[in-house]
Amino acid sequence: MNITVTLFAQMIAFVLLIWFVNKVMWGPLSGLMEARQKRIADGLAAAEKGKHEEELAKKKALELLKEAKDQASEVVAQGQKRASEIVEEAKETARTEGERIVAAANAEIEREVNQAKEVLRSQVAALAVAGAEKVLKREIDSKSHDALLNDLAAEI
Amino acid sequence: MSQAAEGSEGGGTVEYIQHHLTNLHVGEGFMTWNIDSIVISILLGILFVTVGARVAKNATEGVPGGFQNFVESILEFVQTQVKDSFPGHHPLIAPMALTIFVWVWLMNFMDLIPVDLLPLIASWFGIGYLKVVPTTDLSVPMAMALVVFILSLYFNLKVKGLGGYLKMFLFHPFGKFAIPANIVMTAIEELAKPLSLGLRLFGNMFAGELVFLLIALLAGAATLGAGMLIWFPLQVVLDLAWLLFHILVITLQAFIFMVLTIVYLGMAHTTDH
Repeated sequence: MNITVTLFAQMIAFVLLIWFVNKVMWGPLSGLMEARQKRIADGLAAAEKGKHEEELAKKKALELLKEAKDQASEVVAQGQKRASEIVEEAKETARTEGERIVAAANAEIEREVNQAKEVLRSQVAALAVAGAEKVLKREIDSKSHDALLNDLAAEI
Repeated sequence: MSQAAEGSEGGGTVEYIQHHLTNLHVGEGFMTWNIDSIVISILLGILFVTVGARVAKNATEGVPGGFQNFVESILEFVQTQVKDSFPGHHPLIAPMALTIFVWVWLMNFMDLIPVDLLPLIASWFGIGYLKVVPTTDLSVPMAMALVVFILSLYFNLKVKGLGGYLKMFLFHPFGKFAIPANIVMTAIEELAKPLSLGLRLFGNMFAGELVFLLIALLAGAATLGAGMLIWFPLQVVLDLAWLLFHILVITLQAFIFMVLTIVYLGMAHTTDH
């Protein structure tokens, strides 16, 4: 091989070409590709984070739901208890009221019975006098025998 | 073609081949300028840089489309090779590897243009000689190999230091008891790297071009003169086959040149040799 100027010209051309390629093509494009790589990586990381957060939120929602359910069943239980209490109370009240009414009615009955007895007694006295008058065929001096008649009436 | 036809029976073929393998040059001896190699390689370099610059200018950070995608895949391919073969990091290696791969490929690609087309066009403008494929001119691959060699020298001195580099000559590969042999062996090894690098590319492309010339000769002017038109279909088939095969060869040679450059520079860039 002859060593000629061509060799050195080609060497210079080669070095210059490398320099140009680095300046106008490799530099900008590789920077761009790196930036894109970073962007994709960021996006993936964000997606991962979002997924994680969603999982946490789901878990939290489940917890809240469970708590709410517990509270609800507690409220229901309390309500049922309160309702049965109220029913008990109402029953109690009704019973005492009923007893009171019954007692009042009994008292009334007794009073009426006594009153009737009183009326009967006085009427019996009158009847007895009338009967005795008829038996004796004479008039009984009601004034002289009043005490006696009253005694009789009290005995009936 | 016309030159070949003018030759006599046997001399026509030889002259045809020699004509195609002679550079368009001015000057004699050391001052020989191979104008065709220089102009074509620089034009291809300008084409490469222009297209690359346009892609880089219009490139988007978002979803790349069409041609940008193609360019980026080449870049990524080169980057992977550098990452795999070059220990450590140096900002020059990747753009250099990319330049070698694409530039060598483009210069090799000139091989696929029909061998007589460009010389014929040139002859219309009064240019008598034209060697179309720059990589078949030994000066072109050797120039690149020399740049790689100089760079590897620089890396050796920078990373290993002068002492470390001399030590490599003294104690490698046989240890400290065979220092004279070590010097010879290491010197041969170091010199063989750029030589083989340049000669491999040159040899492959030169041989490929020669086969194209021979196929062209089959039904070319030289044999046409003898009335052997019957060879024409065979030429078409052979040319197509060699063309398809050569697409592989030019890519492979560009790839090999790039990878070996990375490997040699990587060897120079490490301390534990």
